[in-house]
Amino acid sequence: MNGEPSPLSGASSGHGRRRRVAGTVFAIACAAATMVGVVALVVLLADVLIDGLPRLDAAFLTNFASRFPERAGVKAALAGSIWILVLTALFAFPVSVAAAIYLEEYAPQNRWTRLIQLNIANLAGVPSIVYGMLGLAVFVRALAFDRSIIAGALTLSLLILPVIIIASQEAVRAVPDSLRQAAYGLGATRWQVVSSQVLPMAMPGILTGTILALSRAVGETAPLIMVGAVGFIAFTPTGLGDPFTVLPLQIYNWISRPQAEFQEIAAAGILVLLTLLLAMNAGAILLRNRYQRDR
Amino acid sequence: MTGAPGAGELSFKRTRNVKEQAIGAFLFLCAAVSTLVTVGIVAVLFTETVGFFRRVSPVEFFTETEWTPLFQNPRFGVLPLLSGSFLVAAGAAFVAIPLGLLSAIFLSEYSGPRLRGVLKPLLEILAGIPTVVYGYFALTFITPLLRTVFPETDVFNAASAALVVGIMIVPTVSSLSDDALRAVPKALRQGAYGLGATKFEVSTRVVVPAALSGILASFILGISRAIGETMAVTIAAGNMPNLTLNALESIQTMTAYIVQASLGDTPHGSIGYQTLFAVGMTLFVITLGMNILSQWVMARFREEYE
Repeated sequence: MNGEPSPLSGASSGHGRRRRVAGTVFAIACAAATMVGVVALVVLLADVLIDGLPRLDAAFLTNFASRFPERAGVKAALAGSIWILVLTALFAFPVSVAAAIYLEEYAPQNRWTRLIQLNIANLAGVPSIVYGMLGLAVFVRALAFDRSIIAGALTLSLLILPVIIIASQEAVRAVPDSLRQAAYGLGATRWQVVSSQVLPMAMPGILTGTILALSRAVGETAPLIMVGAVGFIAFTPTGLGDPFTVLPLQIYNWISRPQAEFQEIAAAGILVLLTLLLAMNAGAILLRNRYQRDR
Repeated sequence: MTGAPGAGELSFKRTRNVKEQAIGAFLFLCAAVSTLVTVGIVAVLFTETVGFFRRVSPVEFFTETEWTPLFQNPRFGVLPLLSGSFLVAAGAAFVAIPLGLLSAIFLSEYSGPRLRGVLKPLLEILAGIPTVVYGYFALTFITPLLRTVFPETDVFNAASAALVVGIMIVPTVSSLSDDALRAVPKALRQGAYGLGATKFEVSTRVVVPAALSGILASFILGISRAIGETMAVTIAAGNMPNLTLNALESIQTMTAYIVQASLGDTPHGSIGYQTLFAVGMTLFVITLGMNILSQWVMARFREEYE
């Protein structure tokens, strides 16, 4: 092997300078690409803070929406969002976790199970507005719940069902098989194994996945528009059948108004929404840490 | 454990079995709900779309170049909506694919665990921000910026929506590509380094081709998400159906039309109500097709190492 240097051996010789420069340029490009995402996040948050912080005061949180920017507030929207959050969690969490347990612990490894898995994976990728159409046709019209908070909650539950199922499945899968085998060896039934060993160990992962899914639900607008949440509500919901609005929808409503003051009001609303999401995610992290410590 | 089970033990076992079976059946029903959801979506979209096509010919729907369903002389050509969605998705892909892939390479090949631990959550936060916030950002920050550079830009334009949707899907592309890159065994990298390759060459000539199936799948999934994106484009891109390739103009995507029509007056059974579902069906078929395509790409091009 003399004469021709191999293509890769030139790093320290004359050929190498170009390769090394290319390498440095590439590394910088990769770092820059990553920083673009971070910078975008910072700029976005700064923009919203600058526009909205001046408008964020106690009155904003306790007022209802109004035609006058000085008197507009998020009270109805915030109440609606919290109602939706709790109801959606109530519907989606049990059904999703049960489905995940079935798929991981009970289902035989056959074609039908694979089909259900494939179906869930596809459902996770369906645009949220299609769920809105499903909710409109089924909950609002067919089941005659009309434009109510229960229709909205049920629609969002269906939306986040696949997300929670997939996250819960991963959490259940991560539980070591030795725990199950030991429990079976002691004579436990399948349900006893699941309820006493698998679920407690998988719970932190399940809860984290659930709260992430609920965060997505809280930020959703389009499905709720389709189901009939409206932008001008002057009361907080008192029952399941009440009309309602949610924070993202109120924000959208304000953005759509031509007056510049409403843009600032919208930014303040965004800050309230982001704070709610921050609180939820912080709660998720706290819950997960607490569960892991109690073991 | 001696001899045959007595009568008391047998009835205990029987109730235990009944309880177990009941629980199993309940869990199965919960899993079956997911199938019901799909059936529901397909049934709802299908029946209303069939009703729509009884009043409007499919040929007109797919070839007519104007979309004015709520006017006096309605035109039902979906092409302007399709071109709007396509324009935004293409622009978003143009932004997100390079940024996402290069970030993924940076995260998996160049950064250490501590930097990863900081950067990855930051990108996750980007993914968790609600779309209305992105719409606000596009309308109040990006569009004015664009207008100083290109003064002929409309207040509502496709470009600013595409930019913002692109930023929104960077975490999707980046995260999935990162998973794909990290799944490539270290041995391949070590082998290449052993032959004298630089990090740049290892990353681009060994690792990326090995992870290609996952990377391509991430691109397709990102584009699918961009097509399904609703609020950011409704706010930033406008509500004027417009068959154009000029990103500086006002357009309307399929999703924005659905929102607009829902906010308006569309009584049940009216043609306006049915257009919602016809456009929704189109959207659903396109995104479902892309999701299935991404799964096929993952399966087809996957490289097995063990």
